[in-house]
Amino acid sequence: MKRALPMNEQEDGGGTNGGSQQTLKRPCKQRRERDLEENRACWECLPQEILLHIFQYLPLLDRAYASQVCRGWNQAFHMPELWRCFEFELNQPASSYLKATHPDLIKQIIKRHADHLQYVSFKVDSSRESAEAACDILSRLVNCSLKTLGLISTARPSFMELPKSHFISALTVVFVNSKSLSSLKIDDTPVDDPSLKVLVANNSDTLKLLKMSSCPHVSPAGILCVADQCHGLRELALNYHLLSDELLIALSSEKHVHLEHLRIDVVSENPGQQFHTIKKSSWDAMVRHSPKFNLVMYFFLYEEEFGPFFRDEIPVTHLYFGRSVSKDVLGRVGLTCPRLVELVVCANGLRPLDEELIRIAQRCTQLSAIGLGECEVSCSAFVEFVKMCGDRLTQLSIMEEVLVPDHRYGLDDIHWEVSKHLGRVWFPDMMPTW
Amino acid sequence: MGVNTIHWFRKGLRLHDNPSLRDSIRGADTLRCIYILDPWFAGSSNVGINRWRFLLHCLEDLDASLRKLNSRLFVIRGQPTDVFPRLFKEWQINRLSYEYDSEPFGKERDAAIQKLANEAAVEVMVQISHTLYDLDKIIELNGGQPPLTYKRFQALINRMDAVELPAETITCEVIKKCATPIGDDHDDKFGVPSLEELGFETEGLTTAVWPGGETEALMRLERHLERKAWVANFERPRMNANSLLASPTGLSPYLRFGCLSCRLFYFKLSDLYRKVKKNSTPPLSLYGQLLWREFFYTTATNNPCFDKMDGNPVCVQIPWDRNPEALAKWAEGRTGFPWIDAIMSQLRQEGWIHHLARHAVACFLTRGDLWISWEEGMKVFEELLLDADWSVNAGSWMWLSCSSFFQQFFHCYCPVGFGRRTDPNGDYIRRYLPILRAYPAKYIYDPWNAPEEVQKAAKCIIGVHYPKPMVNHAEASRINIERMKQIYQQLSCYRGLGLLATVPANPTNGPSGSNVTGVNTGTSQGPGGSSEEQYVQEGTSRTGTQQLLHLISFHVLFTFEETSSITFLKTCFIPRVFKKR
Repeated sequence: MKRALPMNEQEDGGGTNGGSQQTLKRPCKQRRERDLEENRACWECLPQEILLHIFQYLPLLDRAYASQVCRGWNQAFHMPELWRCFEFELNQPASSYLKATHPDLIKQIIKRHADHLQYVSFKVDSSRESAEAACDILSRLVNCSLKTLGLISTARPSFMELPKSHFISALTVVFVNSKSLSSLKIDDTPVDDPSLKVLVANNSDTLKLLKMSSCPHVSPAGILCVADQCHGLRELALNYHLLSDELLIALSSEKHVHLEHLRIDVVSENPGQQFHTIKKSSWDAMVRHSPKFNLVMYFFLYEEEFGPFFRDEIPVTHLYFGRSVSKDVLGRVGLTCPRLVELVVCANGLRPLDEELIRIAQRCTQLSAIGLGECEVSCSAFVEFVKMCGDRLTQLSIMEEVLVPDHRYGLDDIHWEVSKHLGRVWFPDMMPTW
Repeated sequence: MGVNTIHWFRKGLRLHDNPSLRDSIRGADTLRCIYILDPWFAGSSNVGINRWRFLLHCLEDLDASLRKLNSRLFVIRGQPTDVFPRLFKEWQINRLSYEYDSEPFGKERDAAIQKLANEAAVEVMVQISHTLYDLDKIIELNGGQPPLTYKRFQALINRMDAVELPAETITCEVIKKCATPIGDDHDDKFGVPSLEELGFETEGLTTAVWPGGETEALMRLERHLERKAWVANFERPRMNANSLLASPTGLSPYLRFGCLSCRLFYFKLSDLYRKVKKNSTPPLSLYGQLLWREFFYTTATNNPCFDKMDGNPVCVQIPWDRNPEALAKWAEGRTGFPWIDAIMSQLRQEGWIHHLARHAVACFLTRGDLWISWEEGMKVFEELLLDADWSVNAGSWMWLSCSSFFQQFFHCYCPVGFGRRTDPNGDYIRRYLPILRAYPAKYIYDPWNAPEEVQKAAKCIIGVHYPKPMVNHAEASRINIERMKQIYQQLSCYRGLGLLATVPANPTNGPSGSNVTGVNTGTSQGPGGSSEEQYVQEGTSRTGTQQLLHLISFHVLFTFEETSSITFLKTCFIPRVFKKR
């Protein structure tokens, strides 16, 4: 394209050189007068609000080209309403397949629209340069009051490779200047307790969502400070090591709004790691305070590390086992998770989970989604399971190898039986056999 | 003027079920069967020694079979567009035949040759015999789009006309008076080259575990059917340690090169089933291997970008990592995970690995651990795997990396656990990674956890004689499942909490997103029952590819998963990139 990038336009609008502007004006005026005479709608009369509304539907690139049409459209292109939200994609060609946001565009946004930004996210690839670029932009957002900030790693967590102080100082710029942060997504970053204190000091009234899974520099005390001060917190995501009885009590205090979602990642660093327990009374307090809250738990543990878990009743609603989990634990799940809505088991092994599944069907009356990977279930038990759950099962994702044919059902007719009980056509998930 | 014909072998390296060859011979005076060695043909530049050796075996076998019919194979080097005009003139050709190639590059190449043939007044005879069906008919039945799920594909297959019978084998009776002019210098000019002539180092090369050729293929087919009959069980066999090893009844490379006709296999399977199961109708699952192959051919035939992520309408754009160092470790079996390394070692040595082994290494490279693009894995398989052709290889990699076909991504094959459950004793590891031979079964899958004494006793210190594990699997899989979830949530605009629901629902459903309602419980015919029909018809209004495109083209900001109550900017659409033109 020979046309200059919209970002290089002159201040007085249009991508054409100054000399031809005079010649453009006169035909416009004549056309407008003629149109008015003939009662025809004319583009120039289109109110800016409508133009704005239309522009909101255009992808950024098309909007940019539209902005080169005339001065009016160029002005509309730069209206603050169109620059409220932006997602910076920061990739290096050497480390990513996807293209990055153009550096010129980034420059223009910082120059002309930094004050307008309210909802911002940064997507970075696995290179350190991308994370650095994100921090660089963050530290320039001095005059904007962000409502939403997301730092999203799309591959390996590159924010963790930055020097901690560098990252923290960039992040605190936003914490201090925004003062109205409502949503904050900072998973896999080196955020620490002091920076959380800064966050709380400036945004405690507005913070509603905080996602900080896998932030190893934060301690339970640090997150407790957030829970104590931010009473509007409705969604929280963190790792198990930050969870404490005190935290749950703080989130259930009278001053606190109802919590809607709590996500906990239980991750083992080394085999044989010990995990603390949470008292049943703390969970009960949570349920009493926020009866409808969803507890999402992701387990990435070795089989022998499940000792402290599923001994007492726990209000978990969405349960994901990312590694192999034993029959015994799945049996305990049936006994201790009455609120269970979704269960996903990545792998179990070669012993059939018949009893465990039946028990889950009986006791987990809210269960509507189940996924089984490398497991084994006899066809009869599976049909029994589906019969008991009935059509409340909206997601039934079972790998084909999971189902073991027996005297009653073979692989060719099981899907028919299951479909009957579900009330819709169902097939197991398949993998190509090459 | 007599009819002088050329039959051009590309795949379909066989004399049985070769309808284009048979048609070519009818009424012809001379016949020359040629194979063009085109080193610049897309894909073949990345071909390892095992694949070349297999191909050469196939060509030798063809030559031997043709000799019995007083004919020979003519191996010609060069590019088809250069070769053909020359041959047309030299041999006074007026007829050309070849087996239909459904792959996009194949179609393009054949269109060019067809043009040359027209210009030289050469009659072209093409027949379909590499696939069970006419793929264009399957696509037509699906409203002009290829089916994007295997289920839908199966439903369409049920509605297709029966598979055509294999054509009769080319014998002396078929050839009759058709002669092949063979010069004294035939071996020099047109003989099948050896590996050395092609520039390969053959010193120390072990005997091929998979010998190529039609003769071998037909022998294996008989053995395969014998084994099935003896077991009298047509279920998919349970996976055990033995399944990992190359089987003397394995057929996939022969199907790929066309040494074995898929239609012959299909009919032999059907006949055997009817015999053993006393005339009951064979279920579709009996033909699993053949139908998967057919499925990928169908999805690929009209999509030249099928083997890429960028510009591929059926592929999810996933922000894979570029990491040549990590890729090399995986490709060369130096990951530090014995299960993965043993599989890659078998692949490199022999050219074939079990399909579950493929799942394991593909998952490890892409969505499981390394987060490297499936395109890279596909290229490595293309080089090393005997049965990987363009469509099946690319399609399978997209499937295994959850980049397409609406695959659930939650099941991740653990590089330690999965192997251990498959072969608890670890014999497979010991066979393909001799350095770990002395490790006890307890530690052979995760030798880095073995105490120092054990490592010393096994004479293999981890980090010295065998690499340390290149990733922490628990950490890597945790990160990657999160990444996949982010992508799929954006794709499906899913705002809920569940993991399973993030994968866009079955594309055949209507805009409401609900599943097909009502199952006709009256009929119980199994896969051929009437609700399948209903299932198929639903989708023709909004077909799979279109729906996927529709989902991809809108990029909604902020899909923080649990923001169902706190949603931002539902109406603000931002494109992914600002591309500089």
